[in-house]
Amino acid sequence: MTGFFQKLFSKHRDTVQPATDQHHREESLLQNELEQTLEQQENQKNHLEPPQLLVGCGHSPGLQRDHNEDAIFTLTTTLVSNSTHIPFGFYIIADGMGGHVHGELASEIAVRAMSNHVIRNLYTPLYSLSSVPPNLSIQEIMQDGVQLAHRAITQETPGGGSTLTAMLIMGSQLTIAHVGDSRMYIIQPDMQIESLTHDHSYVQRLQDLGQISPEEASVHPQRNVLYRALGQGEPFEADVTSRRIASGYLLLCSDGLWGVISEAEIIDAVVNNPHPALACQQLVAAANKAGGPDNISAILVHLPE
Amino acid sequence: MLKANYTLGDRYVIQGVIGVGGMGAVYKARDMHFPNVIKLVAAKEMVNRETDPLLRQTIIKNFEREANLLATLSHAAIPRIYDYFSHEQKSYLVLEFIKGKDLEEMLHERATFFPENLVIGWGIELCDVLQYLHTLKPEPIVFRDIKPSNVMINEHNHIILVDFGIAKHFQTGEKGTMIGTEGYSPPEQYRGEATALADIYALGATLHHLLTRRDPRLEPPFSFSERPIRKINPLISEELATVIKQSLQYKPEDRFPSALAMKEALVGIARKTGEFPNEPLIHTRRHQQSKIEKIIDPVWTFACEDEIRGSPTVHRGTVYIGSYDHNLYSLDASNGEFNWKYPTDGGVVSRPFVHEGDIFIGSEDHRLHVVSSRSGRVVWTYFTGGPVRSSPVLAHGHVFLGSDDGHLHAVNLLSGRLVWKTETGTPVRSSPLVDNEAIYFGTEAGDFYCLDFRGGIKWRYKAKRAITSSPTIADGVLYFGSLDSTIYAIEAKTGWVVWRFRMGKGSISNPFFFENKIYTGSADGNIYCIEAGSGKETWRHTTEHQVTGSPVIYNDSLYCGSVDSYLYCLEYRTGRLRWKFQTEGPITSTPAIEDNVIYFGSTDHKLYAIQI
Repeated sequence: MTGFFQKLFSKHRDTVQPATDQHHREESLLQNELEQTLEQQENQKNHLEPPQLLVGCGHSPGLQRDHNEDAIFTLTTTLVSNSTHIPFGFYIIADGMGGHVHGELASEIAVRAMSNHVIRNLYTPLYSLSSVPPNLSIQEIMQDGVQLAHRAITQETPGGGSTLTAMLIMGSQLTIAHVGDSRMYIIQPDMQIESLTHDHSYVQRLQDLGQISPEEASVHPQRNVLYRALGQGEPFEADVTSRRIASGYLLLCSDGLWGVISEAEIIDAVVNNPHPALACQQLVAAANKAGGPDNISAILVHLPE
Repeated sequence: MLKANYTLGDRYVIQGVIGVGGMGAVYKARDMHFPNVIKLVAAKEMVNRETDPLLRQTIIKNFEREANLLATLSHAAIPRIYDYFSHEQKSYLVLEFIKGKDLEEMLHERATFFPENLVIGWGIELCDVLQYLHTLKPEPIVFRDIKPSNVMINEHNHIILVDFGIAKHFQTGEKGTMIGTEGYSPPEQYRGEATALADIYALGATLHHLLTRRDPRLEPPFSFSERPIRKINPLISEELATVIKQSLQYKPEDRFPSALAMKEALVGIARKTGEFPNEPLIHTRRHQQSKIEKIIDPVWTFACEDEIRGSPTVHRGTVYIGSYDHNLYSLDASNGEFNWKYPTDGGVVSRPFVHEGDIFIGSEDHRLHVVSSRSGRVVWTYFTGGPVRSSPVLAHGHVFLGSDDGHLHAVNLLSGRLVWKTETGTPVRSSPLVDNEAIYFGTEAGDFYCLDFRGGIKWRYKAKRAITSSPTIADGVLYFGSLDSTIYAIEAKTGWVVWRFRMGKGSISNPFFFENKIYTGSADGNIYCIEAGSGKETWRHTTEHQVTGSPVIYNDSLYCGSVDSYLYCLEYRTGRLRWKFQTEGPITSTPAIEDNVIYFGSTDHKLYAIQI
């Protein structure tokens, strides 16, 4: 929101004219300002200078659990100078599991191990005095981070498990690391929604093979069964992919959100709120209104044009 | 964990740790009831993590019941059980010590495929022990967890099935997580149903892993049909691939009805191939190859006086090609008729660039030549300090080209005068890429440069060896190969590496981007197709020699030459060979295609035009 206010403020200053008729000037200025504010509000949806990430998150245990086994992490920074403009965003969602084996510990370990690794190996070098790229590729660093999180869970809470979906925004590229059934969606300004992650779940696999329909999957008794999760099984590999970022919305969420409310409800909350933080509150409220059967987490990133 | 020399249960002296699992460790121990001989045993430890005393007692009871049952088993491929006991939080099972390695270790230690006969032999023995378990009276036993790490190969190359599911009682029932070995388990096991047919599936999965070396735990479940054995390992017989395919059917009723039936099928193959090891395979491969060698007459060929190592350019019905005979040729694309030739004073290996009636070409005579396409006469030339092997590129009123003099030159298009040059210290043979106010190219020292339009360095990336390959860009990412055996994907704005792809040898081929895939050649003889988003291999096609030219995709085919003298035509989605065409020398360049005709040069001195 700061960007929005700053923009208004600076524009306002530019429009100040030398006063001639004080009364008339104020009136017309008011009129001008109103028009400009409206116009800028309209523009603001689509353009910010410098380009920057608007981020919000939501986190709720839901209505049927007494503790929250989801963990989230957000980090948004911008370095803007005459010669440089480096937006950086790193976001993680982890959904712990294991009932009495402390799922909430597993997800927190996952988020801490992953964020620590990426901050040390990507973030710090990126913003150091002479920005020296690391020897490893971005995808290797993301993969290593997930492996570290996996090992940390295996050591700290044997038997525990967690999903992990992380997205990294750096330069023109978005890189996603994914294990389990938390999801990342991209929502285009034209309200098209697409999931960029593929659930590592038994029911998703059955759908891929044409054995069951999406409707059958949503009520399938094994719909919670994952075939890949942190802390579970060796060898183990995360899905890691990169793609060019475009304007629109990026949503990370746990199954307590996507499994409970419809895509239409998600799109509605995402595009019709002035700020991602408010959109996330609405998303969490909608999932709770629908019964809140599971922990609910969401991170929403808006990339204006 | 128990330390060495600790005496367990007053009887077993621990000698070391064999392995550590989720439930506890497995120890190597000596049984002191036999003081005069060294009798080794394996002691499997299981930790009881249940805190509720009643549930804890139930777990111990179940464990002991199963240990009793296992103690009655008698089969050469099942380790004998000597003893069991529980002590405080821990329960122990004492079994026969197996000297050998499990199949997972063996897979790791080996860099190549297991021979077919060896795997068939193991498969037969596994069927045999499964048949024994599945027909036990009064209750059959389903093993439930066949996988390479549960199959040991003893000193005499016989299989031993280890790790019966006895540990499962100690697994706490977590919500949302799987029990069983994901990658090898059949669909029905996810629903908790495990019959003898589930073991058959897992056996098929294990054999598939052994033959393809593709770990199913890294793939989605039930995806074996997406990795046909013979596509990955062509040395395997059709018969064996068929048997494994049947054991891996999605529906249990489509698999072999029993382990015995599968064993008989494997024995049938062993009989056939045992007598003629691998002989028939070679025949079928040769036969297949001859079928796809294209018996084809080129539309025309044109012979130069020396090798053609560079790539042609087709423009408005004319083909331009440089040759080692020092000339740039202009030929009629429809019939190969000679229009003119322009002599330089050195070999021409770069690709001609056409711009407003002029041809731009570099030569080993140190010069950039600009030649009128109509007359073949010189318009102007520009001297660099060394041979020019990089192909010139025109953008924004400038010609950009690299030279062996160690510079990237920016030359004014109209005057032919130097605007600026940037020193790199080593030859620049990679052809520059101009995109979005930046110039990208590699050097023979392995530096990759991003320059601004004033010749200033925006960023630089260092590969381990030379970058001769010319970069391509798509969706903000640069792709190029290096002699350090790596294809790099680099974010164009920051110069940070997004992913790296390793090949067997270096690459000077220029990557070709199409439909979110990268296609490129390598000195390891392969043409690769790599996922642009993840840097993962989609397919590879192996030629008989280095691939130094670059692939081109046209309609639904990929075309690429190889030093083995063939031009290959592959289905670009799968890498399957459609046909190949032989020239009389290595093909080192990149083809040009227009109006369903492909033009390419060979070191046999000829330029070929083939209708496709």
